[in-house]
Amino acid sequence: MEHPIHIDERYKFSSGLKKVLGIVLIIGVVLLAGGIIMGVMGVGEHHETSTDAANPLYNLKEASETPFTTQGPTEMSPESGVVEHDAAHGDEAHPRGSGNAAADAATSHAGPTWLTRLYSNFWINNLFFTGLAIAGLFWVAIQYAAQAGWSAGFKRIPLAMASWLPVAAVLMLVTWLIANHDLFHWTHEALYDETSPDYDPIIAGKKGYLNTFFYLARMVVFFAIWIIFFYLIRRESMREDIHGGTSYWYTLRKYSAIFLVLFAVSSSMAAWDWVMSLDPHWFSTLFGWYVFASWWVSAIAAITLIVVLLREAGYLKIVNANHLHDLGKFLFAFSIFWTYLWFSQFLLIYYANIPEESIYYIERLTSDYYSPIFFINLFLNFLFPFLVLMTRDAKRHSIFLKIVCTVVLFGHWLDFYLMVTPAVMKDFGGFGLMEVGLILIYASAFGFVVMSALTKMNLIPKHHPMLQESMHHHI
Amino acid sequence: MQISAPVREPLVTGGKTIKDVTYDISRHVEAPPTNPRWLLAMAVSLTLLAIGTYAVFRTVWDGIGMWGNNKTIGWAWDITNFVWWVGIGHAGTLISAVLLLFRQKWRTSINRAAEAMTIFAVICALQFPILHTGRPWLSIYWVFPLPNTWGSLWVNFNSPLLWDVFAISTYFTVSLVFWYIGLIPDFATIRDRAKGPIARAIYGALSFGWTGGAKTWQRYESVSLILAGLATPLVLSVHTIVSFDFATSVIPGWHTTIFPPYFVAGAIFSGFAMVLTLMLITRKVYKLEDYITMSHIELMNIIIIITGSIVGVAYITELFVAWYSGVEYEQYAFLNRATGPYAWAYWTMMTCNVISPQLFWFRKIRTSIVATFILSIIVNIGMWFERFVIIVTSLHRDYLPSSWAMFSPTIYDVGVYVFTFGLFFTLFFLFAKFFPVINMAEVKSVLKSSSSTEQINR
Repeated sequence: MEHPIHIDERYKFSSGLKKVLGIVLIIGVVLLAGGIIMGVMGVGEHHETSTDAANPLYNLKEASETPFTTQGPTEMSPESGVVEHDAAHGDEAHPRGSGNAAADAATSHAGPTWLTRLYSNFWINNLFFTGLAIAGLFWVAIQYAAQAGWSAGFKRIPLAMASWLPVAAVLMLVTWLIANHDLFHWTHEALYDETSPDYDPIIAGKKGYLNTFFYLARMVVFFAIWIIFFYLIRRESMREDIHGGTSYWYTLRKYSAIFLVLFAVSSSMAAWDWVMSLDPHWFSTLFGWYVFASWWVSAIAAITLIVVLLREAGYLKIVNANHLHDLGKFLFAFSIFWTYLWFSQFLLIYYANIPEESIYYIERLTSDYYSPIFFINLFLNFLFPFLVLMTRDAKRHSIFLKIVCTVVLFGHWLDFYLMVTPAVMKDFGGFGLMEVGLILIYASAFGFVVMSALTKMNLIPKHHPMLQESMHHHI
Repeated sequence: MQISAPVREPLVTGGKTIKDVTYDISRHVEAPPTNPRWLLAMAVSLTLLAIGTYAVFRTVWDGIGMWGNNKTIGWAWDITNFVWWVGIGHAGTLISAVLLLFRQKWRTSINRAAEAMTIFAVICALQFPILHTGRPWLSIYWVFPLPNTWGSLWVNFNSPLLWDVFAISTYFTVSLVFWYIGLIPDFATIRDRAKGPIARAIYGALSFGWTGGAKTWQRYESVSLILAGLATPLVLSVHTIVSFDFATSVIPGWHTTIFPPYFVAGAIFSGFAMVLTLMLITRKVYKLEDYITMSHIELMNIIIIITGSIVGVAYITELFVAWYSGVEYEQYAFLNRATGPYAWAYWTMMTCNVISPQLFWFRKIRTSIVATFILSIIVNIGMWFERFVIIVTSLHRDYLPSSWAMFSPTIYDVGVYVFTFGLFFTLFFLFAKFFPVINMAEVKSVLKSSSSTEQINR
């Protein structure tokens, strides 16, 4: 064998890597600061938000100036140009556009400002990096439940990714507590008050589910479940390293099965809560699975990327070209799976053309700013991995995997950007220093947490009963 | 180098040698077709087929009016049965293609029969849309994009029903080729063992002159992998497009975005149940307990838990989002399902599909042959009701209360369904008698790494 496998190897978080992550962090902070300063001064945004922000109609006016190239099926009131979410609900009581911005304006907030944009960026990164962490744990669990042997050698990478979960929980909760009124239109009390001019019967009808207490309770419970199972799975894994034997494997399989059941329910509900309710009138039954697919592909890309980089740094010699090939297949196949769900949701809404559903795509397709991103999303997450990873060789060579994983990771970040930004920022979304800066900050923090977690465990689960299968993995 | 971890269950028990594999499976093909149990099974199937043929005859002769469909409920048992049969077929493709891609060695003992089931189930499914055209002999002109000079109208490419034609015909072709290619080496084995000249000639022709050379095996494996790669998107596409038949409409209860993946999961769910029903009988009658072991049954039961739970999550999602949407019609569609005149069908569906498979969480139940057999049938009943609930309860009360109606099947609805059962079991029993029910060649390939001398829980 070319490289000897060190079964007892431990990862050493080198000062070189720490320095790199530190520099990324600093660049991120600088860019973010630049973005904020520009935001405060009103520079570099693709719409002039400074125009009469106090006037509730300012964004409606703005929107009416946007040329609609496609005549959507949804009613557009000529005086506002804003598509109404509730067009098909047959309710004439509230003819105003029910976007966050308009309602925010009506309920004491100004329209989307740089601060809203900052919050929305925090939210996007919270969603994306929480996804990486929880889908990492999902990876581990599915390996045990499916009795997969080939992946035993690098199982510690996805496990380490899940150590971001506690951080993610705090970030998510804090962001929500600070920014809920800016991010979530449904959090405004006036919408539920029948005497208020802002009363919204549709949102009021959802009060049983969309209310602060129940929402926060769900958030806390979901994170609690995920973190508990992360600790349980890690604890048994660590014990297995010390004591050996097959009994831990059976315990882990049991925990994994229970986690998977809880995850099946919690991941869908989390997607409704954290993403779908940003557009509080809109609904799609597939949405939970769509978000899951996005998380899952991102996690596969992150695992592959970390494995490849560790291997290049001289670790994980247990991983050979066959493992990379299989990881590449996973990335390839689940990119197609994500596309399948994307297409199913899009086609059915497009085809049936029911206004309260199609509004979601109309907002994203008729905007000059979002529609290119809409297609870039498809290119990065479907065409690119599909074409590049088509051949056997591409899946077996680190360079292709590194490129595709990076592209796919950014692609899925962009997917979340496209889910969140039009809902929060309406037509005022942008991509600039603030976005790049915050991505770098989160990525660097995620890197620190995951890599430090890796130093605290054996890199190879040396007593895993399927380790021999993994070592001799050959396809 | 093939290594099996100590925690893996053996795939073949009883210390079988390669010779034993050939003998245990070929002997059923070689025995004369005079086994009384087989003759009885064929007689029952042919009787069902004969009764059903009468119903088909009356339907074609007198018209679709023989069915219970009415102007409100234009689709009922016909499409229910169509979707049910197509769904059953999915397990075969999942076992042969998806499990091959995931290198699940346990598929080798069950893939042959499951693929056969796929093909027969698709044939049964096709009877319904063809009969529903009213003039089956003309349907060929209507479903394909043929020029108007052939006496037909140009097809509507916007219609998911046309996509069905393409999806299912492709799926059927690929499944058939996949199944047949897998059969070739086994036919050659039977040809080589054949004593009579007729058997030798027939199995010789069927085996396409298979030599068993190294190069031939290499090509066999490449072709299998390519076909598996083709069949995997197909298995998703077929039920996805079947779900589009409903979901592209604007009927509450039909139009919902979760349909495509949820239909696929449901199809695999019902398909595995049918594989279990058939395999438990075959295993017992042919004494194949060392090949289709308890761990095979357990793994199939676990797939039933998973897919059943996915379907359960989808039901609850639909129900929740109907409420959450705030759309009155959506809300009513689901309220009507759960509490309206067809509530009995809805709760049958819920019990059979969501609650009953959860029993498999108990190891005792999922390793019990009797319990597995009963539950596999319950799941199939549940999945039939799922399609009935989706189709009939959504149609019978839609936007216009003045058009609300009820559906009751006629004896001919039942008869045509019986016809497909007769057809399915006739084909399956013919297969089980004259074709090797287990893929001998592939079982031999896992024998070395995954065999045990123990005879575990017969």
